[in-house]
Amino acid sequence: MVGLPSRHRSLFLLGGVVLLQVLLLAVQIKRDSQGRLIRVWTVGAVSPFERAGAHGISHIRDTWNHYFALQNTSRDNEELKRENGALKLQITQLQSKAAEADRLAAMLKFRQTNLDVPMVSARVIGGSADSASQTIYLDRGERDGIRRNMGVITPDGVVGKIIESYKDTAQVLLLTDKDSGVGAMLMDSRVQKPVGGTGEPFLVMKYISNEDDVNSGERVVTSGMDRIFPRDLPVGTIADIKPGSTFKQVRVRPAANLDRLEEVFVLLTLKPLEMKLDSSAPVAPAPAPGAPSAAITRPASPEKP
Amino acid sequence: MNDTFDLRGGELHIEVHKFRAGAIVLATAFALVLQAFVPIYFAKAAILDLPLLITIYFGLSRRNPSTGLLLGMAIGILQDSLSGPTVPLGLYGIAKTVIGYLASSIGARLDTEHPLARFALTVAFFGVHQGVIALTRRLLLSQPEPWFTMHLLVAALINAVVAVFLFMLLDRLRKPS
Repeated sequence: MVGLPSRHRSLFLLGGVVLLQVLLLAVQIKRDSQGRLIRVWTVGAVSPFERAGAHGISHIRDTWNHYFALQNTSRDNEELKRENGALKLQITQLQSKAAEADRLAAMLKFRQTNLDVPMVSARVIGGSADSASQTIYLDRGERDGIRRNMGVITPDGVVGKIIESYKDTAQVLLLTDKDSGVGAMLMDSRVQKPVGGTGEPFLVMKYISNEDDVNSGERVVTSGMDRIFPRDLPVGTIADIKPGSTFKQVRVRPAANLDRLEEVFVLLTLKPLEMKLDSSAPVAPAPAPGAPSAAITRPASPEKP
Repeated sequence: MNDTFDLRGGELHIEVHKFRAGAIVLATAFALVLQAFVPIYFAKAAILDLPLLITIYFGLSRRNPSTGLLLGMAIGILQDSLSGPTVPLGLYGIAKTVIGYLASSIGARLDTEHPLARFALTVAFFGVHQGVIALTRRLLLSQPEPWFTMHLLVAALINAVVAVFLFMLLDRLRKPS
């Protein structure tokens, strides 16, 4: 630089430095290199400061968020509580709808497997006004072809029978009512005996002598001899057996959930029916001719079509 | 070296400032670190070019084109190193070398202590910096790069506003005259 005017020295230096960097760029492009060594050094020198800075900012942010920026916390808390309550309600509604969908799907399946059986679905709209009688009200009545003594069932099993039919509603006497009963038989031994209610959740199978072979857990189905229910509909299962002086005391757990009925089917005929059961339910052979039959106890004389 | 001295160019008497030991290195490192990691937490902070502001400030203050361009080159190369693989070493280096030279040269001829002058100079340098980068990308790297956009104009104005306050802070690093 000797001999150059001092004001031009920096200009030459600028040209040299820029040229040097242009060459550096050219080398990188030519060799497809990114100056890794310089980058490693620079990143290595800077990263500890970045790490410390990141740690410091994180610490400051946490301190600020947890100790100072709390002016909206109370409001947020209230909003979250409200939202939580609304979501709980929504979950309950959805669970209820899912359960209803399951029930309706089961009923639809049951209905489709028995398309030739005249029946109408009905929704339970009320219960008994007194605790002594086990009755429910349906949202369908005479307009829908419902008459007295028609059977009421669910896909799970027998529910009861119609005891009164009004214009748009009908009253059902549940199997658990102490005045109720159904012609039934034991699935395995084919012993036919009436099953009646006691006013309690369990049913009673009557007139089973001490000599008859009955096992706990055995299924009880309709015998079809009462001319109300088709044969082989589930009535319940034997819950427990106690020996008596003449007859055994046999308690039956109802197959249908009579405490939580919401939708049922009413069989729209008083003629004897043949129904197809779900494949999971065993089908019993027809009873022997002349076998004793059971009858619904109330009303005493079912209508004949 | 004297702490301060007068640079006599014709009729002008412009003071050349000296800084406390390590001030330039620390300020440069601090700017590079902030530039690298602050946008992670505040994405909009990426609009700032702190290394450029540091280059401008020390160029204007030292008023020596040689040291100004060398400082600009160093800052630019370091910024290139901390950038992604799409930025080759030398891209910001060339731009900041030019800015360092221009800032030092202008600083030797004008009084750049007034905030308005600093604001205007920063806007101008930002434009030149972007122009050099665009030229380098287009000519040397064959990469598309706009000469100037509205976003860059806004960035220039924001950087200039920040520069006014940042330069006031950096003035405190000067040795008392």
